[in-house]
Amino acid sequence: MENPYLPYPVRIDDIEIATEDKSLKTFKFVFINKEDEEKFAYKAGQFAELSIPGKGEIPIGIASSPVEKGFVTFTVNRAGLVTTHLHNMKKGDVMGIRGPLGNWYPWDLLAGKNILIVGGGFAFTTLRSSIIYMLDPENRSRFGTIDVVYGARTPGMLLYKDELIEWEKRDDINMHLTIDSPAEGWAYNVGFTPPVTEEKAPKGDENTYAIVCGPPVMIKFTLPVLEKLGYTHDHIIMSLENRMKCGFGMCGRCGIGKELVCKDGPVFTLDQINQTPREY
Amino acid sequence: MEIIKINKKDWNGGLAKSRKAYRLYGPIRVADKYFSEFGALAEDEVPDMSATDTRLSPKSIAFPPSEVMLEYTLDENSEDCNIMKVPEKEYPHRAIIGIRPYDAAAYLLVKKNFDTSEVRDPYWCDAYDACTFIGLAVQEPSLLDFSTSTNSGPFDESGLDVLLVDAGDSYLAKVITDKGKAYLKAAGWGKEAGKDAAGKIEALKKKAEAKIQSSVSFDNIRQKSVMELFEADFWEDTAFACMNCGTCTYVCPTCWCFDIQDETHGKKGVRLKVWDSCMYPLFTLHTTGHNPRDAKVQRVRQRFMHKLKYFMDKYEDGIMCVGCGRCIRSCPVNIDIRNVCQLMNG
Ligand SMILES: Cc1cc2nc3c(=O)[nH]c(=O)nc-3n(C[C@H](O)[C@H](O)[C@H](O)COP(=O)(O)OP(=O)(O)OC[C@H]3O[C@@H](n4cnc5c(N)ncnc54)[C@H](O)[C@@H]3O)c2cc1C
Ligand code: SF4
Ligand code: SF4
Ligand code: FES
Repeated sequence: MENPYLPYPVRIDDIEIATEDKSLKTFKFVFINKEDEEKFAYKAGQFAELSIPGKGEIPIGIASSPVEKGFVTFTVNRAGLVTTHLHNMKKGDVMGIRGPLGNWYPWDLLAGKNILIVGGGFAFTTLRSSIIYMLDPENRSRFGTIDVVYGARTPGMLLYKDELIEWEKRDDINMHLTIDSPAEGWAYNVGFTPPVTEEKAPKGDENTYAIVCGPPVMIKFTLPVLEKLGYTHDHIIMSLENRMKCGFGMCGRCGIGKELVCKDGPVFTLDQINQTPREY
Repeated sequence: MEIIKINKKDWNGGLAKSRKAYRLYGPIRVADKYFSEFGALAEDEVPDMSATDTRLSPKSIAFPPSEVMLEYTLDENSEDCNIMKVPEKEYPHRAIIGIRPYDAAAYLLVKKNFDTSEVRDPYWCDAYDACTFIGLAVQEPSLLDFSTSTNSGPFDESGLDVLLVDAGDSYLAKVITDKGKAYLKAAGWGKEAGKDAAGKIEALKKKAEAKIQSSVSFDNIRQKSVMELFEADFWEDTAFACMNCGTCTYVCPTCWCFDIQDETHGKKGVRLKVWDSCMYPLFTLHTTGHNPRDAKVQRVRQRFMHKLKYFMDKYEDGIMCVGCGRCIRSCPVNIDIRNVCQLMNG
């Protein structure tokens, strides 16, 4: 067994500003040792620890998709010590990645099902990974309808905007983009995510699952809407965040009851979450 | 079961002989203090076999308060600049002399965390694998000892390689594993103790167990749901006096939570694994400022729920406590896990 604390060395291949306020950047990494890419084989919904020697490590959801080869991407919000340092790094700089970590959206269970994705703000990273995965020609026929409700304050705060526009044009995915208040040139929905979900999302049934990621207030108002639409708690899938260090269940930090968010999660059904203390 | 008799006259000589193949650890009396601590014995130092429980538990032998995991250089002229490396580490055989049976049993509980079928903490596991535990039975249990009710006890063999029992002018050494046998051989102790030794050990064990007056029960905790216990009304009262000093978690042989920190000196640095404690607000503080365990009562509840409920449910085992009594002895405000366990057991 390899040392689980040792990151794979990577090189920053590209940096893109992801939102108009520059608080988020998307980092594209390539593995310095080719064979590490295979060891890093991941599934949509997992995360990794980005490791900057001398600064520390941060858990970040994997934004690239398993069907994209040759690189991995992460979209990072500038928040504290490590994320600020990362935002100041340049193309070509060397750092580390440890992972993949945690569980993933339950792809085996989701096969053959209709999927509703509800995202808000910058918690769209692993949702992007999931959408790219499902839309891949190899995979698209394995799923029923795909609906995406994604909201941000302004058009410029939506992540992966070029891709969103592309998806809007396709007929095998129903996009419901929304912004908080009207803006010039905006052709889609206006309003908060929960009411748009209520209006546009498909009804819940045995064959339909909802994946929800977003800021706490969005989650708070979206869950009752989903219940109203008929989604049962075992059909609502969420990804939790807690402060983390090791990322593989040893340092004891991220626990909610007996579950460790880093190892038993970050993906849980609402049903599972209801049975644990809300310590996240 | 093989039992060896070690004449106390041969004790120091045997220890010295074993040093050729083992690094020795044992209780060391702290100068000018009333207590001992576990540590590596110096060349000619002998373990303090008369010591009562060490103040800190011996967990630090495999889980040091601060341990280098990785090293790095920030020197741009180096081709390894910014690339983490595992430093060369050696794990020579270590004999842990005079460890309490329940402290050794605590290693088995901690092992469940660090050594799993999916992932293995190489630092803890390599250090643990290098250890041979030469335990000393507790014949005069402390007033705070409740180890008999935690699936352990003063003569518990589960975590040991050899169990030493003080029989006056000699030790009776019960050989539990091949590792233990190898150590006794290296020390040159091989004299069979004779037929009555097993009976004698059994009698001393009964005597010691009978001296233990306090106990906990946790059968009902198993039946109760996590949420029922989590929402119980006794947590405010339980936590009222706690100062969140973290002492209870540092002295405990079964607490394993840690932090990871980078420390840079000039252009070189190390990534460290350091003891942490669920009693501190920083343990769970998110960068956003949100803290899921912001209030003291939430942190106190976490410590007891982890030890007495989550662990039991997760591993379908007993509690994450061997009953050594250290946290009770060291708590400045007399918070007593036995009382909390009783409240939870209802
Ligand atoms: C599973 C998971 C996925 C995430 N995905 C993303 C993502 O895709 N994009 C994004 O921008 N952010 C994401 N986050 C949040 C991100 O990890 C924190 O914003 C980040 O750790 C802050 O680090 P810092 O050094 O800038 O902040 P500081 O406050 O300076 O943090 C210091 C250290 O504390 C720890 N820490 C503090 N807050 C958190 C936290 N909320 N979660 C985990 N560790 C923390 C880290 O070890 C960090 O190194 C995710 C968190 C989790 C748990
Ligand atoms: S030792 Fe006592 S006061 Fe200190 S954190 Fe533990 S319970 Fe609280
Ligand atoms: S919880 Fe207290 S009594 Fe139990 S093992 Fe830890 S220090 Fe000893
Ligand atoms: S981050 Fe260490 S146990 Fe979850």
